[in-house]
Amino acid sequence: MYLIKRSLLVSIWFVFLTLPLLAVKVDTTNETLIWRWENMLYVGVISFVLYMIWMLALRWRSRQRRSEEVAQPRLTNFYGNITDNKLIVSLFNISLLSILVVLPLLSSGYQINIWTTSLIYVIIGLGLNIVVGFAGQLVLGYAAFYAVGAYTFGLLYQNFGVGFWVALPCGAAIAGLFGVLVSLPVIRLRGDYLAIVTLGFGEITRLVLENWIEVTNGPGGISNIPRPALFNIELSDTATAIWVYYIVLFLMLVAFISLLRLKNSRVGRSWIAVSEDETASEVMGINTTWAKLTAFALSAVWAGIAGVLFATKTRFINPDSFTFMDSAMFLCIVVLGGMGSVYGMLLGAFAIALLPEYLRAFSEYRMLMFGAAMTLMMIFRPQGLIPPKVRRYRISKLMGKEAQS
Amino acid sequence: MEKALEVTQLSISFGGLKAVSDMALTVNKGEIVALIGPNGAGKTTFFNCVTGLYRPNTGSVKLHHPERGEVELKGLPPHSITSLGLARTFQNIRLFSKMTVLENVMMGMHSRTKAGIFSALAASRSAKQEEQQIVDESYELLEFLNLHKLYKANAKSLPYGDQRRLEIARALAARPLVLLLDEPAAGMNPQETQELKELVYQIRDRFKLSVLLIEHDMSMVMSLSDRVYVMEYGSPIADGKPAEVSRNPAVIKAYLGEEYHA
Repeated sequence: MYLIKRSLLVSIWFVFLTLPLLAVKVDTTNETLIWRWENMLYVGVISFVLYMIWMLALRWRSRQRRSEEVAQPRLTNFYGNITDNKLIVSLFNISLLSILVVLPLLSSGYQINIWTTSLIYVIIGLGLNIVVGFAGQLVLGYAAFYAVGAYTFGLLYQNFGVGFWVALPCGAAIAGLFGVLVSLPVIRLRGDYLAIVTLGFGEITRLVLENWIEVTNGPGGISNIPRPALFNIELSDTATAIWVYYIVLFLMLVAFISLLRLKNSRVGRSWIAVSEDETASEVMGINTTWAKLTAFALSAVWAGIAGVLFATKTRFINPDSFTFMDSAMFLCIVVLGGMGSVYGMLLGAFAIALLPEYLRAFSEYRMLMFGAAMTLMMIFRPQGLIPPKVRRYRISKLMGKEAQS
Repeated sequence: MEKALEVTQLSISFGGLKAVSDMALTVNKGEIVALIGPNGAGKTTFFNCVTGLYRPNTGSVKLHHPERGEVELKGLPPHSITSLGLARTFQNIRLFSKMTVLENVMMGMHSRTKAGIFSALAASRSAKQEEQQIVDESYELLEFLNLHKLYKANAKSLPYGDQRRLEIARALAARPLVLLLDEPAAGMNPQETQELKELVYQIRDRFKLSVLLIEHDMSMVMSLSDRVYVMEYGSPIADGKPAEVSRNPAVIKAYLGEEYHA
């Protein structure tokens, strides 16, 4: 009852507010007023319904929170149960992988391109997740490391004619080096300050690329970047696109598995501890400086790899691909997918990469929808689409007991 | 008696405020030593200096390590101090709230294990074995503290007293030579305090370590500790056996004020 009363009040208020805008229209030719009352009806009904949904959603959320507080073991829900079943998980993995393997063979060149971009975004999401999701350091300039990877390849090719396979490790190494260099001064900073410094680093990198014309060719960028070679075999355009797709897929798998392994390791745990309480982890014997440094470096390495892949995919790079908007979008992948979650990055990256492609009809409202989606996400599911899974431990002692009974 | 931890002439000031000045304290092997004093006397600051969270201006903190002999801890970063054999708990509980009970204890073993990034990435046999050893040993510690049934629970979901004991378990996982407890009985009822006292004895005997604790509960301090140090305004004012200290006029004055001075 309270709900209806509130919604009614809100809708009346909206009708009142929009009355002069939507109901009254001046007919200039006849110099009369036209009253469009039907518009008011729409406004009233729509705001009534929307507000009601909003209130119900808020109630649902607070109920959810309360049940989370009461429930002691965190894994009693359905999601926890299926992800604990090894058979289901491996079946899921195999089917997902086979879809990804078969996909380019069934799609057009344009679509292969989109899928390749999505997979590069997955790599970026995974890489950024190391520093944001695990180590809890807010990085707002991730596109800079991505740019370092891409430009390493571009410049190495332009000046020394270096191919993809040599450029890949070089891009990773140089981006990693940048990661270390940037992290050295910022490691003592926390939270907001770190975010601002990394934001600055991202902008500096972009501006250098834009203005150091002798080296980077400025806004003109670097073009004709070669595709990866396959034993000197000449490939058709579609075949090269598929070849690139498989390289990206392979590297994404490497990133995926390495993140899964790191997450459940001593190093991964120390990152998570640092993100929760730096003082406590320092006292527990964790070298927090080292932990943050490695997180930064590893994260930058993956950005570098993604950058090289991006350069070889588009064959043309210029500073416009590495703006703050891109950094923000990469952060969105992590937040949307779930901070600290590995599987979540798949969903997050695909959502961020594919939705704009398939929602071209709404392209004018893209940023608006994007913003609305992120806001709703933060209110109703701050842990992301797929929150990180709580690890199950095998305790040798208990295993023995269970086997007996 | 053999010394375990020896602090001399320790001072630290923040701006013009001398938080701790010329504090000296010795903990012998297997001893339980209490550090008491009125609120704001600088006890926790002293702990922070010893564990490396603050850098003391002067003085020295020496730890007697069975293999390395006498080690100077002053100037070392906290994580090195922990791996040398000093572990602590916090006055305001600082558990890793997003981790489970077991994972919190596993964190404590960090300084004693060494698998790095590359062995984790390669999922090498030694890394796997070490990981399993961490899990098993942590579980055994939980059993010792009778928290093992809750090992899957979220650390923050535990009742207050259990959280305090979990912090002790996490500190013990580092296998310290000296265990520093910052107000372990704060917020506990008399029965829990009694159990805690038993626990401290058990810990000392089982792990063969020394305990230095800050405590406000006088009955606990008096019955538990071998020796007591009293601080006021950042300086030591008395030390000795509990019975001696409780008769010391300076201590009575510090705690009860001038007019009670008999």
